Amino acid sequence: MTAIAQIRRNDQPIYLDYQATTPLDPRVLEAMMPYFTYKFGNPGSRSHSYGWEAEEGVEKARGQVAKLIGADEKEVIFTSGATESNNLAIKGVAEFYKDRRNHIVTTVTEHKCVLDTCRHLEQQGFDVTYLPVQKNGLVDLEQLRAAVTDKTVLVSIMAVNNEIGVIQPLAEIGAICREKGAFFHTDAAQAAGKIALDVEAMKIDLMSISGHKIYGPKGIGALYVRRRPRVRLVAMIVGGGQERGFRSGTLPTPLCVGLGEAAEICSSEMVAEAERLTRLRDRMLKGLNAKLPEIYVNGDLDRRIPGNLNISFAHVEGESLMMGIKNLSVSSGSACTSASLEPSYVLRALGVEEEMAHTSLRIGLGRFTTEHEVDSAVDELAHHVTKLRAMSPLWEMSQEGIDIKSIEWAAH
Amino acid sequence: MSAAFTYLDHNATSPLRPAAFDAMVEVLKAGGNPSSVHRTGRRARATVDAARRQVAALVGALPTEVVFTSGGTEANNLVLAGSRSRRVIVSAVEHDSVRLARVGAEIAPVDGNGVVDLSALERLLAASAEPALVSVMFANNETGVLQPIAEVARLAHAVGALVHCDAVQGAGRARVDLHGLGVDYLSLSAHKLGGSSGVGALIVRGGVPLSPDRRGGGQEANRRAGTENVAGIAGFGVAAEAANGGLDVVALRDQLETSLMEIARGARIFGTGAPRICNTTCVSMPGVKAETQVMALDLAGVGVSAGAACSSGKVQHSSVLTAMGVPPAEAETAIRISLGWNTRAADIERLIAAWRDLYIRVAHSDIGRARAA
Repeated sequence: MTAIAQIRRNDQPIYLDYQATTPLDPRVLEAMMPYFTYKFGNPGSRSHSYGWEAEEGVEKARGQVAKLIGADEKEVIFTSGATESNNLAIKGVAEFYKDRRNHIVTTVTEHKCVLDTCRHLEQQGFDVTYLPVQKNGLVDLEQLRAAVTDKTVLVSIMAVNNEIGVIQPLAEIGAICREKGAFFHTDAAQAAGKIALDVEAMKIDLMSISGHKIYGPKGIGALYVRRRPRVRLVAMIVGGGQERGFRSGTLPTPLCVGLGEAAEICSSEMVAEAERLTRLRDRMLKGLNAKLPEIYVNGDLDRRIPGNLNISFAHVEGESLMMGIKNLSVSSGSACTSASLEPSYVLRALGVEEEMAHTSLRIGLGRFTTEHEVDSAVDELAHHVTKLRAMSPLWEMSQEGIDIKSIEWAAH
Repeated sequence: MSAAFTYLDHNATSPLRPAAFDAMVEVLKAGGNPSSVHRTGRRARATVDAARRQVAALVGALPTEVVFTSGGTEANNLVLAGSRSRRVIVSAVEHDSVRLARVGAEIAPVDGNGVVDLSALERLLAASAEPALVSVMFANNETGVLQPIAEVARLAHAVGALVHCDAVQGAGRARVDLHGLGVDYLSLSAHKLGGSSGVGALIVRGGVPLSPDRRGGGQEANRRAGTENVAGIAGFGVAAEAANGGLDVVALRDQLETSLMEIARGARIFGTGAPRICNTTCVSMPGVKAETQVMALDLAGVGVSAGAACSSGKVQHSSVLTAMGVPPAEAETAIRISLGWNTRAADIERLIAAWRDLYIRVAHSDIGRARAA
């Protein structure tokens, strides 16, 4: 990890929401700058040097993204982001092969854009199996094996969960899919650049990547589409025929270059950064455990990316806690659904009770998180949790040994 | 790239306006996901909201009528592919992202100037009781020819059809007004008016239906899922505001066209019989392939194009000129010159000089002698 000065100004809250979005790495911004200014050409322009120069930038970036996941650069398509990549992968494959196979397997803890796409396909007549997950958030491989049939065209299972950070057994899933002749798509928005990914070793056929989750810009993502054996797709966006017809639209050169640079930095710094983040996360968990009783980590702690914690603070309402910790930018779950007050469907799928799901916070650590920030966050969390618990009759009762579930509430 | 290069391919992409660049860099440094409820997220949300007002103001729409997309192509696909109308009618000179978005779309023909034939459109509309979606562009990307959008909208609405206008090449250059035009949907692109590539918008008039083409986090009031390109959107807003007065290049364009016609015998500017947008010239140099011209001009330090940028890598005839009835041999000699917010008189003079040099060289070469024979 290169030494980078803390990029947060002191008057800003401590950012601990790295699964929602990551700050742009200053080195990425620097790489993008020429393409925002004097290298402004349209990479589709073949008639002048502005166009060639832009195309060169885009193609270099394509190679950088490919390298991060062990792919060939011809297998990388730029999209506007992981939501589009997920939509394109699932809908595109389903529609292309619908006459031969019409069954899709996914899990209940996928990102909303995967689940909503699958639901949409169900309305179109496809069959979808939503596999449950185990208590630790991981898919049961035997259940998966049983679910995949000769009608299954696609298995879509995320590499890393956006709320609890658990890492699915990708190589094992890939092997099952290959054996059964189904394509394997993985939403790697939260995984790319954080854990080692290899599309060959893991037998991955399609992979979604997001720019702004790996310290790159928003508005750009990629979809890996395997060429051997070839995976075919129906395009969602047609027009000028860019991206070999898979995705039309002027390529946003600065954003492509930013994604490429972000991928390059991840490739070279991932291992050291993972070690550093693991230390910081352990420090945070140890600090919280030392100051607060009855806190529970949701999801497997070992098979998890280093930069994520998801903790239930018993008897503390998550929203009230978030109101209290004004100096911390954390979330109570996925950013896309964070405006809703419903408990997280991911935690519910793990079997976390509704009361506990309501008390959870997602804490995301990342490249610019410092030890000092971790310590401040521990202090602030401990202070507010203790304060809220002191005001909570439920906490008082539980401390007195009363089983809250046994209470019969008076009607009012 | 040396600053001395003259860029006259604004219909492919325009350089970023300095004010938009500044706004984007600030936002890129600030970060934040607009869907997050904490302070960092709320600040990003405020940035998107401010830009939404600026983009709405550019086309006389309400902020709630703006759906940010990844660009003009996505906006066109969103409205056409997602439309519930079972009939889609598009003009013969639409951009590929409109022409190809809907399989089985009916084609409204254009006249020799590339203007949609209104009586043919009226007949198409009357041919079936099924309400249609009609898509006609504001200004053509290759010729700059303006379409009679208000008339199209009047005809279409009279029979209950919806109207989409791809205003990617119009907005920020000429006045594009949602209600003045009377259309239901408008597509916009940021990078054609001095914003960044990777962002655009679909304007959806209040109360008009729209089926999202992608599923996900419910952004853009459930009309377009995916984390917003906050910096791109901020730059779009600033560029839209800067472009709100339109482009003032008509005098330069006229000077350019007068000079080109004086230089080359038999040269032709396409679409002159119809109103055109102020920045686009599509001109032929007899006997000289467009590829030869653009290469020679590039060597002389002037960037223009042989057609639409997205398809300019492919060797094929311009479907626009073909639809206008231009013979293929002549269409092959047409180049597109497009001016923008930073075009100066010196740029035009340089192009004229380079074009003159090329013409003189060719006139004394085998091609020229063969033509003379």
